[in-house]
Amino acid sequence: MAEEVKLFKTWSTPFGLRITWALQLKGISYEAIDEDLSNKSALLLQYNPVYKKVPVLVHNGKPISESIVILEYIDETWKQNPILPEDPLERANARFWAKFSDEKLIPSVWSAFTKEGKEREEAMDASLENLKFVEEELKGKKFFGGEKLGLADIVFGWLGNLLPIFEEVSGLKLLDDRFPSLLAWTKELSELPVVKYNWPPHDKMIIKYQALYEKFHPAK
Amino acid sequence: MAESSDVKVLGSWPSPFVLRARIALHLKSVNYEYVEENLESKSELLLKSNPVHKKVPVLLHGGNSVSESLIIVQYIDEVWSSSAPSILPSDPYERAISRFWAAYVDDKWYNALRATLLAEGEEAKKAALAQAEEGLALFEEEYGKLSKGKPFFGGDEIGYLDIAIGCFLVWINVIEKFSEMKLIDEAKTPRLFQWADGFSSHVAVKDVLPDVEALAQFGLQLRAKFLKTPH
Repeated sequence: MAEEVKLFKTWSTPFGLRITWALQLKGISYEAIDEDLSNKSALLLQYNPVYKKVPVLVHNGKPISESIVILEYIDETWKQNPILPEDPLERANARFWAKFSDEKLIPSVWSAFTKEGKEREEAMDASLENLKFVEEELKGKKFFGGEKLGLADIVFGWLGNLLPIFEEVSGLKLLDDRFPSLLAWTKELSELPVVKYNWPPHDKMIIKYQALYEKFHPAK
Repeated sequence: MAESSDVKVLGSWPSPFVLRARIALHLKSVNYEYVEENLESKSELLLKSNPVHKKVPVLLHGGNSVSESLIIVQYIDEVWSSSAPSILPSDPYERAISRFWAAYVDDKWYNALRATLLAEGEEAKKAALAQAEEGLALFEEEYGKLSKGKPFFGGDEIGYLDIAIGCFLVWINVIEKFSEMKLIDEAKTPRLFQWADGFSSHVAVKDVLPDVEALAQFGLQLRAKFLKTPH
């Protein structure tokens, strides 16, 4: 049977972008379907009934949801250009940091972006604490995965475009020269063709997140 | 087989997450030393081994430390891959399904369970219980699909998803006790009802399950403490 790979995403989702990178890094042919989340397609709802979210990967008709689950599936199904190393401890470490991105760093940064007053201050403090841990982990390494891009790099990829956009829109200062290893890493990451050519359009992102910011911080 | 001094689990007896690590080691017949942590006064070893989260469980293996319960279970499966049973299925799609549901347990369902214990007021408690039941209904359905007539989500033997869900069974008993209703019962969730019995009595599980009375007492203390602190 011919391989049929479909990726349901949106033009802006950082979670979908992870899957785009993984598929392209492995040279896998796929069809990308951009959803309008205000008007979800019947197919999306059928493929991800539990969360009704993107991204969803559909491989020969079988759907997989949750970006990190999808990344591991891709790595196990297509063996070229591995995303995870062979060694169990290194694999555990990659999974640990991927989880940290999504369960700790993203929520604290999102809170800093959306909250006001004392809650915003606390979220900023938490975000800086979290960034310090990540900086420490990255010290002396080109990528989280070592010499090559790995799972943690792909999952932290949102630091390369989305975080600067949050900063630009809100005036918050997070990823600056307090974190030299992280800054160097974002440069290395952004130079990779698969990353450089797939960033969603900057201007369109600014408009989107400006509107979102204003929703959370209505002018008084 | 690893020497018991080579493998340690830092844990806390009420924690369902710690159970996951222990069950996985038992399944692989790995000898280990269990260290009960006092979470009110964390040991140097715990703080050094898990500086980011400072939480249990932590698996110490040789000089390595691994944190986060599901990551620990996968590590155990991969290190002791030549010991049966395989905890994760061998097929990539089945692995993805197991991982998806285990992530659902931790991202959605666990919060509902926690909320049933800590909820303030009847409204909040009812909402939390409803969410917990919704999750169980989904697991009942998945069990039908994944077990293929065998006793566990993993088939003939306990697997990843069995561990991910089963570690909460005694906490579910506690919640049932406090809310005076059944969450897993023969009528509503007949397959889970049978599965729960098989899981709890499995040789890799039964000796490490906490006592329901002791856990209920702990639950009351946890709730009292939670209600006192500002949140």
